[in-house]
Amino acid sequence: MTEQPIPGTYLFDGRMARKGYALNKMCYSFNEARNREAFKSDETAYCERFGLSEEQKVAVRNRNVLALLAAGGNVYYLAKFAGIFGLSVQDIGAQQTGLSVADFKARLKSYESFNAPVNASGPAHG
Amino acid sequence: MAEILGGIGTSHVPAIGGAIARHLQQDAYWKPFFDGFQDVRQWLQGQRPDVVVVVYNDHGLNFFLDKLPTFAVGAAPSYTSSDEGWGIPTIAPVEGDPDLSWAIIEGVVAEEFDVTSCQEMRIDHAVTIPLQLLWPSGPPPVRIVPISINTVQHPLPSAKRCLAFGQAIGRAIRRHPPDLKVVVLATGGLSHQFDGERAGFINPEFDALCLNSLADDPCRLTGYSTREIVALSGTQGVEILNWIVGRGILGGPTREVCRKYHIPISNTASAVQVLEPR
Repeated sequence: MTEQPIPGTYLFDGRMARKGYALNKMCYSFNEARNREAFKSDETAYCERFGLSEEQKVAVRNRNVLALLAAGGNVYYLAKFAGIFGLSVQDIGAQQTGLSVADFKARLKSYESFNAPVNASGPAHG
Repeated sequence: MAEILGGIGTSHVPAIGGAIARHLQQDAYWKPFFDGFQDVRQWLQGQRPDVVVVVYNDHGLNFFLDKLPTFAVGAAPSYTSSDEGWGIPTIAPVEGDPDLSWAIIEGVVAEEFDVTSCQEMRIDHAVTIPLQLLWPSGPPPVRIVPISINTVQHPLPSAKRCLAFGQAIGRAIRRHPPDLKVVVLATGGLSHQFDGERAGFINPEFDALCLNSLADDPCRLTGYSTREIVALSGTQGVEILNWIVGRGILGGPTREVCRKYHIPISNTASAVQVLEPR
């Protein structure tokens, strides 16, 4: 069965989990501060140690989130990578959408007009 | 016998942990969000639960992709939080209730939900932040049973399966002999997406449908495939599965005690909702 793609959206499935295993395993190691320090002190050696593919190494070097996703990265693990550089999910969102961080945040804020109607639609209030 | 007093659904956005650590509760950006918990805390003070069953998804702290259970039940005497890589503060270890954990494990496996049991389990922000939101002034005065749902690596369990799993957990709790007062805490969501060109996606209409369905007719949500939920709610909005498990635990019809929906918190449409069995 062929399913319609969801625009701008990638499902992290078995295919991607296999492709991204080494990259995600490296990012998982960043739960520990000493591993974040080891990465910072010798990035190339650290990527080698986890056996990253060439595609993954380039994506890591370029801090390119869309390329990291394409190389099998899972966003929850990539968040630990981004954390090393103090990047938030807004920074990551801005990079992937091509917006400035301010514009990305403004776009999120533009949804706030929905707060009142959603709160009012509940059975406790309706 | 153990009694289920009600359920709380809440977002678990990591940035909330940062805001708590920096005491930003009165900050203009954060105030509407934190104020939304006043009614929840008031309800909780009236209920005084002994145990909170927390339904959440691990984000790569306790589980890695080497071994990733679809449904995992914590059965530890206590649970510790830990560094997640991007600077969230940890909280003091939280006491578990292994007797209730094993009653749940035995009950659901007897109903053919073959869960993974975990006598050691680290809890991440999806557990610690909601506990801090509910008990802001100190350690939570409850024991916990954490139950982790795979919302990370597809295939995910279906919404239908999640509701049925929750119902089986609920029956196991109600069969547990001690006179425990139990509250359910389901965390995650609502609509949000961190990854891809669609990052920042939010869908208030679907969020409203989810909140209303959880209160009135959770079966309405079981008609959606996980892929459809991703399309409607975002790659991480699929954490609504945790809420569906939590709603299943409550069993039959419920009454909505309160809700607060607030956009944006970080990249997320945040929500908190309290439901009571009726």
